[in-house]
Amino acid sequence: MKHIAILQFPGTNCDLDTKYAFEKLGCSTSVIWHKETTLPENTDLVVVPGGFSYGDYLRSGAIAQFSPVMQAVIDYANKGGKVLGICNGFQILTEVGLLPGALKRNIGLHFISRFQTLKVVNNNNDFLKKCQNNEVLNIPIAHADGNYYIDEDGFKELEANDQILVRYSDEHGEPIVVNGSVTSIAGVCNKNKNVFGLMPHPERALESILGSEDGIKMLEGPIA
Amino acid sequence: MTAIVNIFLKEGVLDPQGKAIHHALDAMNFEGVEDVRMGKQIVLKLSSNNREDALKKVEQMAEEILANTVIEDYTIELV
Repeated sequence: MKHIAILQFPGTNCDLDTKYAFEKLGCSTSVIWHKETTLPENTDLVVVPGGFSYGDYLRSGAIAQFSPVMQAVIDYANKGGKVLGICNGFQILTEVGLLPGALKRNIGLHFISRFQTLKVVNNNNDFLKKCQNNEVLNIPIAHADGNYYIDEDGFKELEANDQILVRYSDEHGEPIVVNGSVTSIAGVCNKNKNVFGLMPHPERALESILGSEDGIKMLEGPIA
Repeated sequence: MTAIVNIFLKEGVLDPQGKAIHHALDAMNFEGVEDVRMGKQIVLKLSSNNREDALKKVEQMAEEILANTVIEDYTIELV
């Protein structure tokens, strides 16, 4: 049985949804308070879940990056361990430097909360290997700071290394402007493809009766 | 000594909040505004009175946490 370590900061609010999701997929989980300095030894995947760590004060994810548990996460990732950041988790992973780029205020300034279609751009990684390239997924988004920015050189590097994993799109897979992200980027991974961050919430799309079950195949990849 | 850190999005990085304020000013018929950038100001009261020391310390703070240098520039003023 795979074991998932789910981080919890003051203001995290998707920790229990994430726990529910991975337990539904047959994993064991532990929720790790941010003051811990180690991760469980049997951890197969670390999830930095969504929410508003430290009230988004200063910048989203800026303060959480210095929580004691983050050093353990950096060490885990540097040894090749898999780390998934969802929404605020994505912001934290960019702030701490495990992922390139940064997330700015949405171009329209509004908090956007709705179902959104996404196109799978690259499935040649552990995270999206259960999805097809160009497949369109229906996944909820809920964020104010999801406007992904990276400079031109950084963008070229992302493209060259297949690090752009998902883009906001219409239902046919055509990229659309949702929050102002560079080329509609919704999620990127690091060069080694063991750290993935995305703004959409796959853990909220597990039951068709609640709108979509497309999140299942996004979460099944890293635990397969 | 007090250190004032001003943080703004870098030139060339679109500032959605600045743009919204600009739109509002236009809608209110304030003329002659060419551009609006919105930033934040962090005021630090320091125990040290050594300017060189203070500047060095605050620079380190700005680099490590106060600003995200991927998208932001900062200035430091000591008063």
